[in-house]
Amino acid sequence: MSITDTGTETPLVDQEELDRARREKIMRMARWLLPSLVLILSVLAWHLYVTIAEVPHYILPGPGLVAQKMVEDWPLLWPAMVITGRLTLLALLMAVAGGVVLAVAFTQSKWAEMSFFPYAVILQVTPVVAIAPLLQIYIDNAFMAALLCAWIVAFFPILSNTTIGLKSADHNLEDLFSIYGATRWQKLRYLYAPTALPFFLGGLKIAGGLALIGAVVAEFVIGRAGTGLGLASTLLEASYRFNFGRLYAALILISVMGVVIFALMSTISYLALFRWHESALKRE
Amino acid sequence: MSLSRPPLGERSTLLQMNHVEKTFRGNIVALKDMNLTVNEGDFISLLGPSGCGKSTALRIISGLMQPTAGQIRWTGGQSKDDLGVVFQEPTLMPWARVVDNVWLPFRLRGISYNEVKDEVLQALKLVGLEKFQRAFPRELSGGMKMRVAIARAMVTKPRLILMDEPFAALDEITRHKLNQDLLALREAIGCTVIFVTHSVFESVFLSDRIVVMAARPGRVIRQLEVDAAYPRTEEFRTSAEYAAHCREASDALHQAIGEAA
Repeated sequence: MSITDTGTETPLVDQEELDRARREKIMRMARWLLPSLVLILSVLAWHLYVTIAEVPHYILPGPGLVAQKMVEDWPLLWPAMVITGRLTLLALLMAVAGGVVLAVAFTQSKWAEMSFFPYAVILQVTPVVAIAPLLQIYIDNAFMAALLCAWIVAFFPILSNTTIGLKSADHNLEDLFSIYGATRWQKLRYLYAPTALPFFLGGLKIAGGLALIGAVVAEFVIGRAGTGLGLASTLLEASYRFNFGRLYAALILISVMGVVIFALMSTISYLALFRWHESALKRE
Repeated sequence: MSLSRPPLGERSTLLQMNHVEKTFRGNIVALKDMNLTVNEGDFISLLGPSGCGKSTALRIISGLMQPTAGQIRWTGGQSKDDLGVVFQEPTLMPWARVVDNVWLPFRLRGISYNEVKDEVLQALKLVGLEKFQRAFPRELSGGMKMRVAIARAMVTKPRLILMDEPFAALDEITRHKLNQDLLALREAIGCTVIFVTHSVFESVFLSDRIVVMAARPGRVIRQLEVDAAYPRTEEFRTSAEYAAHCREASDALHQAIGEAA
């Protein structure tokens, strides 16, 4: 934005800037229009394929059938979604609490880190599908078993990211805090915690998706016992009954949940960092 | 609150370094038998090539590092409130606004912002950044960030301010301006400064004493007095007196480099 030196107040905008403004406008619209177009075309192609090739609905239901099931089975799907959502969010909250507490313990005490870090890794690398049936045996409450299962999957990225973050403080700032006689608590509160925040938020984004995956896996394994857990159990049950319309409806809802969780975590991350952190800054 | 500094020979002692030595891993001598008397109101430059132990000396004085031998004696004992520090990097907390960065030394002593608001704003005013108190560090230029760091170092009116090559990363013009401003600040608050640099010109312009150090092993080889009167202005930079002092310091520095080689 510049002002001509003749004193007039019309901003001097040349052809290049007009072109750039136009390009930006088109890009903004395309960001929404293109994916929407792809969606519409895909659904259309899906519909045409199912109709023309006469695919039986127990192999691949058409989009119309899925939409119909979504509406018809809504009284069944909605409570299931609430259960899965609660499972995922609780697991995520516990993962945040557990991951952060452990990360602080690890960075405050070398002994704690040396003693327990290997076991945190083992817990992480052991496939959750292999643990879930055991949890089902030892824990009576199916919801609790599923929660623990989802927690195991979700907590590690929070733990490992936060640990790295807590160790990433600027050395000169650490020296400065020491010279000013800062206590351990003050260093943690005013130096290590803010340094770790962007790392933690990165971990949170991953953990959000993983909590949902953990919840789905847990429901697959634990919900099989006829305990009637959330969306994933509904999906599995629908597949046994060759009710593929309901199966697809459940699948779509799980995807939607994943997208919502990711958007939520990204928003939290942006709000926490946009004022100061490089990752959230717009560049000229 | 301008301070009339007594002439060099009549100042009271602030701290003394007696036969201070630092050895790393048993055989690398970073600092050998350093003796230095710092008086109230002194502006001392530690001048020398890299590896001469300037920064080690500063870390020992700041208490971040214990000497292998010798000791440091503060007149009237030392408390953690005695020091202000400026590093080569501005070393600001990127998540905190300018005021909060300057408030930090007080905050770590458990003093609320409202209690020291006046001091914090006064310090920012002295470095010419009162308009930027709500800004985040990323919004400031390199020179402005360094001003915030200086404001933070002096906001508590410490007995001694340690500066470790604070202007080394800045361009020449900003550097000259900050040299000027630093001297003006010193007149305003009357602080004692130990300033590490590898620039002869900077050390002569700023200090009333220059401690020339040599490397391998790090040691003091000469102490020079720059008796030119303060306040020193840009005219001082072109004076014959300045040139003479630069020559003297430069010779000492060459001697330091020559001895090391």
